[in-house]
Amino acid sequence: MIPELGHFSLILSLFVALVLGVLGSAGGQTGRREWVALVRPATQALWLLTAFGYGCLTYAFYSNDFSVVYVVQHSNSQLPAIYRIAGVWGGHEGSLLLWHFMLTTWMLAVSLFSRQLPDTMVARVLGVLSLVAVGFLVFMLFTSNPFLRLADVPADGRDLNPLLQDPGLVFHPPMLYMGYVGLAIPFAFAIAALLNGRLDAAWARWSRPWATTAWIFLTLGIALGSWWAYYELGWGGWWFWDPVENASFLPWLVSAALIHSLAVTEKRGLFRNWTIVLAITAFSLSLLGTFLVRSGVLTSVHAFATDPRRGVFILVFLSVVVGGSLTLFAMRAGKVRSTGSFGLVSRETFLLLNNVLLTTAAASVLLGTLYPLIVDSLNLGKLSVGPPYFNAVFVPIMVPVLLFMVVGSFARWKSDGVMDLARKLGASALVSVALGCSLPLLAGSWSALAALGLSLALWIVLSSLQQIYRQLRGTANWRATPWSFWGMHLAHIGIAVSVVGITMVKSYETEKDVRMGLDDTVAVGGYTFRLTGIREADGPNYRADIGDVQLSRNGQTLRMLHPEKRTYFSSAMPMTEAAIDTGLTRDVYVSLGEQLEAGEHPAWAVRVYHKPFVSWIWGGGLLMALGGGLAALDRRYRNKRAHSTKGATVGGAVA
Amino acid sequence: MKLWLALLLALQCTLAGFAAHANEAAPLAEDPVVEKRMVAISEELRCLVCQNESLAGSRADLALDLKREIRNLIKAGKSDAEIMDFMVSRYGDFVRYRPPVNPVTWLLWFGPFLLLAGAVYVLVRMIRNSQRTSADARTLNADQRAKAQSLLQDPDKLP
Amino acid sequence: MKKAVIPLVLFLVLAIFLAIGLTRDPRVVPSPLIGKDAPQFSAPILASPEKSFTAGEMRGKVWLLNVWASWCTACLQEHPVLVEYAKRKSVPLIGLAYKDKPADSIKWLQRKGDPYDFTVVDQDGRIGIDFGVYGVPETFLIDQAGKIRFKQIGPVTEEALEKHILPLIRELQK
Repeated sequence: MIPELGHFSLILSLFVALVLGVLGSAGGQTGRREWVALVRPATQALWLLTAFGYGCLTYAFYSNDFSVVYVVQHSNSQLPAIYRIAGVWGGHEGSLLLWHFMLTTWMLAVSLFSRQLPDTMVARVLGVLSLVAVGFLVFMLFTSNPFLRLADVPADGRDLNPLLQDPGLVFHPPMLYMGYVGLAIPFAFAIAALLNGRLDAAWARWSRPWATTAWIFLTLGIALGSWWAYYELGWGGWWFWDPVENASFLPWLVSAALIHSLAVTEKRGLFRNWTIVLAITAFSLSLLGTFLVRSGVLTSVHAFATDPRRGVFILVFLSVVVGGSLTLFAMRAGKVRSTGSFGLVSRETFLLLNNVLLTTAAASVLLGTLYPLIVDSLNLGKLSVGPPYFNAVFVPIMVPVLLFMVVGSFARWKSDGVMDLARKLGASALVSVALGCSLPLLAGSWSALAALGLSLALWIVLSSLQQIYRQLRGTANWRATPWSFWGMHLAHIGIAVSVVGITMVKSYETEKDVRMGLDDTVAVGGYTFRLTGIREADGPNYRADIGDVQLSRNGQTLRMLHPEKRTYFSSAMPMTEAAIDTGLTRDVYVSLGEQLEAGEHPAWAVRVYHKPFVSWIWGGGLLMALGGGLAALDRRYRNKRAHSTKGATVGGAVA
Repeated sequence: MKLWLALLLALQCTLAGFAAHANEAAPLAEDPVVEKRMVAISEELRCLVCQNESLAGSRADLALDLKREIRNLIKAGKSDAEIMDFMVSRYGDFVRYRPPVNPVTWLLWFGPFLLLAGAVYVLVRMIRNSQRTSADARTLNADQRAKAQSLLQDPDKLP
Repeated sequence: MKKAVIPLVLFLVLAIFLAIGLTRDPRVVPSPLIGKDAPQFSAPILASPEKSFTAGEMRGKVWLLNVWASWCTACLQEHPVLVEYAKRKSVPLIGLAYKDKPADSIKWLQRKGDPYDFTVVDQDGRIGIDFGVYGVPETFLIDQAGKIRFKQIGPVTEEALEKHILPLIRELQK
């Protein structure tokens, strides 16, 4: 019964979304008051229907309703409760429903937090978003229905993939999807502006917090995904340039360019066409990511079970949305072109340079990800593009980005001088290079990569501190400093922190792969590990061998670590649960391999790692997200509500 | 008495000696030098079973076999290039994680940098152009100047 | 020409490639050995391990080498097709038991039927590596000069037989 209700709510949603999409867009175009007026209530109704449908699927999962095909494929009666709830998005159909639910949630937010925008604009924006929702609903109802039922109800389900039975599943996909879907908002704003023919500072000011918030979710989602892979997969890797990882990284790069481009459009009215193209591209990359993951065009550990029919549908959908918006852009770009100029050495130039660099970096990652497909399509053979390519191409493009980030945040708008900038930044540059090149020697061996990373990171931090100091000294009331100022510096410092983590780990991580019997020890990075015992234990749906490993340093015992090797009842493949001691300056990582010998003198394959500063990679991501949060919550985005309500009362009184 | 003590002490020392030996875990690899080279080579190769892992990280059966094969080739004195050829001649270019540089991959390897150079060039030109046009917009050309002069000299012509 | 059309053009090019990509299978790794000499090998025969078979013995004949294993589930799919083919076979069909315990292989053939002229044993997978085997089952068509002419990746289906393998055999035997 409940699954049928859920199915029905999706069908109803389709009709509501169609009405909202058509009438909203038409209302925005013509200004007809009745149509514009129904946009907000219709959005709220759409959200309620979707939430109900999503709730039905969750209920089916939680209550072990194995008459639903999707539940059978991804759940099991012995699955712990939390994974019965999070498992809803563990497969293709459910994750699509989550996508759609997030889209309607963002639409709800737009409908609630848009009092300061003209109603026709809101109608256009929600109309466009609703048409996107129509696409997803049609996709679900015709090719990927999560509510399909089985006539023969099996006794139990096939279980959720053991790799997914982890807290990471609870947080990573929802955060990531919030980011992907969130980029639809600036996209819709861009379309509305193109249709309107008007693109001004007010438009940029409205779009900015939405773009920033989407970027924040993407940052958190990607950081969580990387961290999850690190502790889950058992060999300490945290980024593999896997096609699906790239699919999330591309919108992140482009939306980072977008939020900076919006800053210029808001402040100086420039870069308008750039901003629109970036807004369209960011969401297009989100949709492209969806296509890559679900169509079977590329192989990936993340890919969902594939079906060419679904691939065709998404490709058509992608072509309509992206092709349509880019056609609109080609036709209307002239109307919204920027006027005005800026000097060759100015803040605008550095921002534009970085936008170009970020976009080129994204283009290279996209090229590398799709090249095997392109070469195969042209019958030129089968090629493989892996991490060696991406590392070789991506890093050289990103180094200038970091340099210009520092210089750009110091440069004045419109025009500045090279000598002026050199004066302001020269000292911090020298100190950063001096420290950055000498600090690696403390780690034992010098590394060019570490020197480069540390120098850049130090310069970013020093220049931010310089600016903060100037700001605090220069203003009487430092509390009046806009939050966007703090946000910018916090986010930039976050990048510096991540750069330190990445370069230090890559330069100085060490590992050992050993055979351990009871009471054997192995040392790595100054830490000693002793295997004191191996015991068996049972989990809710698995059997585990747990190792007891004593961690010590300089003769002092620090703690016990318990790496596990689990065999889930539902799957033959054994899974490693690594034991990690996380610290501010290093992670110490133990992973249990196969049992090499049983009986009197049991022996196990054990891998131990010392990873300096690895937690800084994700700590930096957290700082970036916090910085973005401060920037998005800046007062000037929230104040406007007061002005518009004032206007309404005046009008009301007169009427 | 002293003899017993001495024997006991000797026994303890030998036992301690044994214990010290049993304590340090032996590396899983037989030969760390060979292992290091093997890992470096296999990090540049793709695991064909999982297809999105490097051979180094993969625990698949075929991966373990191929890694064993690489160790044998290293011990037989083959160079890195020869080992790479061995793999490519059996599995094709697909098995290389780092795409080769040949006419098919020129776009891949040089594309990004060409794109960057091109974009920066266009950028600089655009900035210079926009400066010139807005400067032009602010200054009058000869015709406009003549018209302004005549308007100023003859108040009747002013609107 | 308006610059604003560039993003649209780039997207259309991309969409075309993606569309073509939908018709391809990214997991398939084509063999670089097609047209080249089949690797020389020598292996014990499953039924009588004291005897061995050398690939060179098949010179002058067109033959099929089918790589299989008792632990391979996809092999169950192709086995009936091979058994059918064995009844009217035009060329010798030799099996390569890949990374399998001989006792298990023998039992499997007894249970499922034996379409092969004979099977040779490749317990450590060394011969498989030389042939570029990356999954089981795989089938190779080798000509009179000892060159590999065709590789079937995955189970041999009726379709594969009719459309690719048999026509090629007929051509080679002319």
